[in-house]
Amino acid sequence: MTSNRTQFTVLQRSLHWLMAACILAMLFIGVGMVSTVMPKYLPLLATHKTLGICILVLAILRLGVRLRHGAPPLPADMPMPMKLAAKGSHYAFYGLMIAMPLLGWGMLSAGAYPIVLYGNIQLPAILPQSDRLYTLLWSAHYYLAFAFFGLILMHLAAALFHGLVRRDGVFESMAPNHSRKRVAPAE
Amino acid sequence: MSSRSGLGSLALIGAVVAAVGGLFAYTAGWLSPERLTPTKLVAAFAPPEGAALGHRRNHAKGICFTGVFESNGNGSELSRARVFAAGQYPALGRFNLGTVDPHAADATVRVRGMGLQLSTPDGGVWRSAMINPPFFPVATPQAFYGLLEASHSKDPDAMKSFATAHPEFAVFGAWAKTAPWTSSYAEDPFNSLNAFVFVDKAGTEHVVRWSLEPQAQVVPISDEELTRLGPDHLEQEITQRVAQAPQRWSLVVTIAEPGDPTSDPSQAWPAGRRTVNVGTLVVQQIEAERDGPCRDINFDPTILPDGIHVSDDPFPAARSAAYARSYDLRTSEAKDYPSHLSTATSPSQ
Repeated sequence: MTSNRTQFTVLQRSLHWLMAACILAMLFIGVGMVSTVMPKYLPLLATHKTLGICILVLAILRLGVRLRHGAPPLPADMPMPMKLAAKGSHYAFYGLMIAMPLLGWGMLSAGAYPIVLYGNIQLPAILPQSDRLYTLLWSAHYYLAFAFFGLILMHLAAALFHGLVRRDGVFESMAPNHSRKRVAPAE
Repeated sequence: MSSRSGLGSLALIGAVVAAVGGLFAYTAGWLSPERLTPTKLVAAFAPPEGAALGHRRNHAKGICFTGVFESNGNGSELSRARVFAAGQYPALGRFNLGTVDPHAADATVRVRGMGLQLSTPDGGVWRSAMINPPFFPVATPQAFYGLLEASHSKDPDAMKSFATAHPEFAVFGAWAKTAPWTSSYAEDPFNSLNAFVFVDKAGTEHVVRWSLEPQAQVVPISDEELTRLGPDHLEQEITQRVAQAPQRWSLVVTIAEPGDPTSDPSQAWPAGRRTVNVGTLVVQQIEAERDGPCRDINFDPTILPDGIHVSDDPFPAARSAAYARSYDLRTSEAKDYPSHLSTATSPSQ
């Protein structure tokens, strides 16, 4: 891990904001599609599957980038519980970003659904047909989606807290623009 | 930083989080209880004593079959789907009765159905859930929900006012009263009712509906006669009949003309529309539904191969959403399924 950086790399920040948009869209599409019988149900479902696979690919790429480039250090004066929460939430984010698409893919496989994305791209089944597995994966996909959304709300609140209240440079470390003059890590 | 601006910042953070959370709740339908959701639609099927756990929430009584679709190649002028290239493709399906009761006596159920899956070597899967009436009872998914609600309503006039508000329902009622019954699934036609779009190799679109027309000789009987044959006659009969010889249906595609109602399955298209016989479904083997190959298949009519897609008919999307809900429910109740076994699922033979 490099230690004297104050910001995530450009690639990391780009991936963060791109994925933020994708994942938020994904969660809204997910709850929206399961609560409608309107014709929009079908494009929502197809988008959900396609975007899910995109997020899986991006998440794996991002994990690789994170393992290679690490993260800027947290401010030295940040209380230990906040540091633990920050680290723990990052583990949870990576876990969910990778697990959710796999759970969805596995669930469709166990339900004997053909998995067809936009562009008529067909994905193979990754699990055998099984109503027990289907139910297990469906529940995991469903409940973890709400956990994911809760985590995002906390992440959003924490980011704004860093940016508006603590003003400790944590928000700026992931900000899309360079704003070095406001960055004051470890102060 | 003054404490005042600190408080302002906290309030701003709270407002942002609440706004995003509220938008999510709205999208999920939690703030609009009047929205017709798949959950509500499927729940509306359940009889007063509750749904039969582990079973499909509608068309609950059924039996599996396997066979082949013999494509004659004629369909390839209408759709580039691989299934229309001449050849044989595996078929999997389910004969069923349009009832929420897996133990209903055959003669008490007017609507019969077939769930069908055709698969092609390119990975294409075409699922269809068809029924024997030539048109659907109502014009929209909302009206269908209204019909389910009216049928369970304690208000004695509920059905009457529903029928008044939905004149198409009377047409269906007339069909139900006058259409002949048969004593065999092999003698029934099965119709897509919904309009779909076939896309040919040049990219031209053709709006179509399709029907499986029985090749077996149709011998109409009365429902009294069917009652005398026993409550599970249809499953026993088709098992015996297929054991003696494979049973066949012609797959006939009807092409809409401009102006034909494509978004309303309660309206049949005028007679004289061009039809193309695209091949023959051959049912070669009947299997009990219990642990049979069709039991855990969701015959979602929007699972379509490249070369077929949905039209402006709103029903396939609504059916897809509702079938998914039904599938999620019954698979999670798998442990309840065997306890609901009746003699119906072990045909006498």
